[in-house]
Amino acid sequence: MVLKPTLDDLRGIGYYLGKIIIGLGLTIFFPIISAILFRELNPAYDFILSLLICLILGQLLTTVCSTQKDLSWVQGMVVVALAWLVAALLGAVPFYLSGHWKSYLDCVFDAMSGLTTTGLTLAQDIDHLSRTVNLWRHFLAFIGGQGIVVIVLSLLVRGSAGAFRMYVGEGRDEKILPNVVETSRFIWLVSIVYLVLGTLALAIAGKIEGMSWANAIFHGVCIFMAAFDTAGFTPQSQNILYYHSLGYEIITIVIMILGAMNFNLHYTLWRQKRREVIANIETRTFFMSVMLTFFLLAAGLSRLGMYPDALGLFRKGFYILISGHTTTGYQTIYSRQFILEWGPLALTALIIAMMMGGGVCSTSGAIKSLRVGVIFKALYNDVKRIMLPEASVFIEKYHHIKEVVLQDRQVRSAMLILLCYLCLYALGGIIGIAAGYSALESLFESSSAAANVGLSCGITQPGMPSVLKITYILQMWIGRLEFMSVFALIGFFVAFFKGK
Amino acid sequence: MRNMGLKSGLRGFKKRVAWIIFLLTVVSYQLSAVSFAQQTASSAELIENAKQFDGKEIIYQGEAIGEVMTRGNYSWVNLHDGENAIGIWMPNNFLSLISFTGSYNARGDWLEVRGVFNRACKMHGGDLDIHATQLAKIREGRQVKHRLVSEKQSLSIILSGVLICLLILQLLLKRLKKP
Repeated sequence: MVLKPTLDDLRGIGYYLGKIIIGLGLTIFFPIISAILFRELNPAYDFILSLLICLILGQLLTTVCSTQKDLSWVQGMVVVALAWLVAALLGAVPFYLSGHWKSYLDCVFDAMSGLTTTGLTLAQDIDHLSRTVNLWRHFLAFIGGQGIVVIVLSLLVRGSAGAFRMYVGEGRDEKILPNVVETSRFIWLVSIVYLVLGTLALAIAGKIEGMSWANAIFHGVCIFMAAFDTAGFTPQSQNILYYHSLGYEIITIVIMILGAMNFNLHYTLWRQKRREVIANIETRTFFMSVMLTFFLLAAGLSRLGMYPDALGLFRKGFYILISGHTTTGYQTIYSRQFILEWGPLALTALIIAMMMGGGVCSTSGAIKSLRVGVIFKALYNDVKRIMLPEASVFIEKYHHIKEVVLQDRQVRSAMLILLCYLCLYALGGIIGIAAGYSALESLFESSSAAANVGLSCGITQPGMPSVLKITYILQMWIGRLEFMSVFALIGFFVAFFKGK
Repeated sequence: MRNMGLKSGLRGFKKRVAWIIFLLTVVSYQLSAVSFAQQTASSAELIENAKQFDGKEIIYQGEAIGEVMTRGNYSWVNLHDGENAIGIWMPNNFLSLISFTGSYNARGDWLEVRGVFNRACKMHGGDLDIHATQLAKIREGRQVKHRLVSEKQSLSIILSGVLICLLILQLLLKRLKKP
């Protein structure tokens, strides 16, 4: 029998949702400061309005639903799933007020794309966008990459069991430190230290490549936030191609890989345990899959004679592969070139890389290297079991921060997530085909949205059908939360209407 | 009579020559227009037909956007034609023509560039770009002044009032709940 949620359950959800909305509202102070610094008056008012809307809504919810009760597992998951939807709706307000988007749906698309660190965009005339709105696009990615709930946990919520449930609901099942609030603060510490270093490196590179200091620093901040959070936004319409710079490309490769690394791995590195990088199953799987997919991609591009030399192959092929594999979505070629010039082999290799993604508990999306590693380990284990005498007993282990015994439970969980992702990729692909695009194009764009990558073969543009925009919004949302919270939300609604 | 016949024959001949010259002028004008049109290309045409245009001299027009990035004796200027922006690699002596580049505060100069189109430039790591040989300014850019939308100001004041009321209400509720 399904139990109907009580009024108390709804109040708990409303209260924590209100807190998260207030947390999101507080982050709007940064673009307001930026608008004052850049003397952009209209954008300043756009953000003041957005801040007020967030604070009023958050305050209303926390007042009406005031409760001392902690969240249950289902409630925690429901709060997270709703919070991401509400954050996209509210984060889109400054976009709408700027007038650079065709409709509110397009604004929500971009806000969801930023928050889920996807990087697909429907913005029009980005090259004339105010610096403040541009910064907000990148800042949304920075907030979303670390996790909206992580911000609120760091600032507004005490470390309770409910806090841990929300943390898990946000697609993070690993705690770095014993307390979930300390873990959240550590994630922010890592991100801010890298933000300073990465911005400095990019600003110097920008200056060397002929930019003014003001622009070099502004672009440095934006590009770092989008690269580390594997989002793929840039302040100019040409994406990374705007810079025509090898230095910029090398620095962003390093930042993208750092962003795709598990925060747990960052923690062990900070504690001077450098051997972990070599021993960890995630980094090994990531390295292997990069090599394998790059081999396929290079073979595809070489066969077509697309690039004149090895440098061209590296700057286009390897760069975009890393960008896709880390689920960042930075491009050094035009979207249409994927379909017109890359050929099916290179494109297939890129799609496989996009589908796999980076590390768990990182800012990247998709299936994730740890799960792929565990599944292959289990496959190897089963083959070995067949080869060995029946009476033999053996235990298979893998290294992930510590030695872990491979159990059926982990394999089952990894396989389930893998299956869910494959279904999500396929579903978006089918809707794309139904909308009139070719199968390869549809699968490419669908994988890019569901895996939170952001590479586009040209489908994503303001003129695409609304049904496809909604499909990609949902794919980005479901892909970022790794299914469980969304399933919990659906279950909650079913219980609400059909429960007793 | 013979003289009259000769005169009329000459007149007819002159007329025919005049017609031929007129026709030749029209045809050559048309042909020159056709050949010019073949050289001018939009960014979408260049990207869609990159193989056909590769290594050929083309004419491309667009707004200078972002920032001019100088690298030694040459510079990168990105020109946006309304659909895409393409990077133009040009000698620094062309830069004197550029007064505005497009940003939030400015509309960039509308420039026409004649140059060699590269589908995957060997010199620039496989970039799709144009190496300029000639540059002309079609339209001067301008500063853009943004007028404050007064409705935003009024709405901000109203919403601030609503927020203050809510905060007062929350305080009152807290006091009422205290034993």
